[in-house]
Amino acid sequence: MAIDKETLQYVAHLARIELQPKELEKLSQQLKDILGFIDNLNRINTEKINPTSHILPISNVLRQDQGKESLPVKKALENAAGCQGEFFVVPKVIE
Amino acid sequence: MELYSLTAHELIDLIKDKKTDAKQVLESLRARISFVELKVGAYVRLGEVKKVTSQPEDSSSGGLFGIPVSIKDNICTAGNNTECCSKILQGFSPPYDATVISKLKESGATVFEAKTNMDEFAFGSSTENSCFAPTHNPWDLEAVPGGSSGGSAAAVAADEAIWALGSDTGGSIRQPAAFCGVVGLKPTYGRVSRYGLIAFASSLDQIGPLTKDVQDSAILLKAIAGYDPCDSTSVDINVPDYKKSLGNGIKGIKVGIPREYFIEGLDPEIKKIVDEAVDKLRGLGALIKEISLPHTTYAVPVYYIIATAEASSNLARFDGVQYGLRVEANKGSAQAMIEMYKKTRGEGFGQEAKRRILLGTFALSHGYYDAYYLKALKVRTLIKQDFDQVFAELDCIVTPTSPTSAFKIGEKIEDPLKMYLSDIYTISANLAGIPAISLPCGFTKKGLPVGLQILAKPFDEEMIFKVAHAYEQATDWHKQKPKL
Repeated sequence: MAIDKETLQYVAHLARIELQPKELEKLSQQLKDILGFIDNLNRINTEKINPTSHILPISNVLRQDQGKESLPVKKALENAAGCQGEFFVVPKVIE
Repeated sequence: MELYSLTAHELIDLIKDKKTDAKQVLESLRARISFVELKVGAYVRLGEVKKVTSQPEDSSSGGLFGIPVSIKDNICTAGNNTECCSKILQGFSPPYDATVISKLKESGATVFEAKTNMDEFAFGSSTENSCFAPTHNPWDLEAVPGGSSGGSAAAVAADEAIWALGSDTGGSIRQPAAFCGVVGLKPTYGRVSRYGLIAFASSLDQIGPLTKDVQDSAILLKAIAGYDPCDSTSVDINVPDYKKSLGNGIKGIKVGIPREYFIEGLDPEIKKIVDEAVDKLRGLGALIKEISLPHTTYAVPVYYIIATAEASSNLARFDGVQYGLRVEANKGSAQAMIEMYKKTRGEGFGQEAKRRILLGTFALSHGYYDAYYLKALKVRTLIKQDFDQVFAELDCIVTPTSPTSAFKIGEKIEDPLKMYLSDIYTISANLAGIPAISLPCGFTKKGLPVGLQILAKPFDEEMIFKVAHAYEQATDWHKQKPKL
């Protein structure tokens, strides 16, 4: 399966990454090569094989629903690019 | 003998005998760093560290006696910048310690203030993808130290660190350990808490030690391992005293040699050195058997789907809001929020990070999910089954760590696919979740170190230490030092 510049532009939009025209050119060629290599996987029949998304036989790890101390808001906001009171500041979303 | 050149266990013995103390060790290490760091470049932000080393006041409890540990730049240290060597995390000062850091402090270790260099977000096999500068291999300053934990490996090899922590998603501890001639261990998935490790691929990542010898590896793993309620993938089973598995001999241990690891692409010089190491194990009483892991060849393509898919999701959090870089949208833009995201991520991520996020996003996107992501998860099952089958009759598996020795800086950076193949022997252990170590087993004619990889069953790090220690004690590769 090939990836062209148009597809890559769309994927970059999904990933919220702005690409410069030169980057788009270079990355689409590199990703084409990488996907070509990955297509080797099609040589194996996996029809009856179950997928492994996690290697350990553990699931639904639960704990008691008990309140405990968490990070103070001020500390949690310390690294933010912008904050006001107890909130992160972001660009205007709704007109 | 200078203090900085000793192993941690040697230093601990000296401290116990009151022949030195933690302060003198730290001073010796600092002097060594100021002497060689300009050549090697193992650390980042060395001159601008805000926080003074947290050397415990009373380091007599816990067993690590104030010995300093160097930390990779993707493991959170409270109040001390952790930037994953990425522009997008510039200035990030974590509000909390990773669990491994808390555990080190509880054990009385000194957490070294400067962090070690790495490929941005651990994406790479050469440490060239750092937003700072590449690290140089102490054995050949024009060569890469491997990656992504290249800073940690080079620091240990150059005696700029007594020991260090790295992280391993597809070989990022073991391959640099091999390239720099040190010991690097990737523990079983679930053995060490990932809480506070900035995530790359959550189903593959593990933190592990890079050390000067096997005994130090056993001591450092013991200090950081164990169940953590903050990481639901850490496993609640007993952590053995790994030191007890050292020195018992390996007579009758069953060792498998997978033929798929000794094919085209493996440097003949490396093959010869690894063959000799296998002969050495045989000489020590191990029972050697040729085996097959038939799906080995698919490990790299499977990895570059699964790891990038998970990374594309994990790295969505870097959006210019909660931490790190923000690049503002143009004034009056109708879609200012989305534009801010795109500009921030476009400027903040380096080339390899973009490549991987895009590849992973593509593999997960509508219309391609089944063909790529689901397919990769299924082949992962086959790779795991390969190991399950051979481990039914074996104690461990021995292979080369990397198909080549350290390559030159710049040699593979323009060819990502070639770079990816550098991890061909290490990736399977992450996909199967099993523990694996790399330890020095010789040198090429050009004087570059070669690594031997030993893999064992899940949670059987004891077997790895036992075999690795027996080999190490019968050789003196680990005692060689680069001339700097």
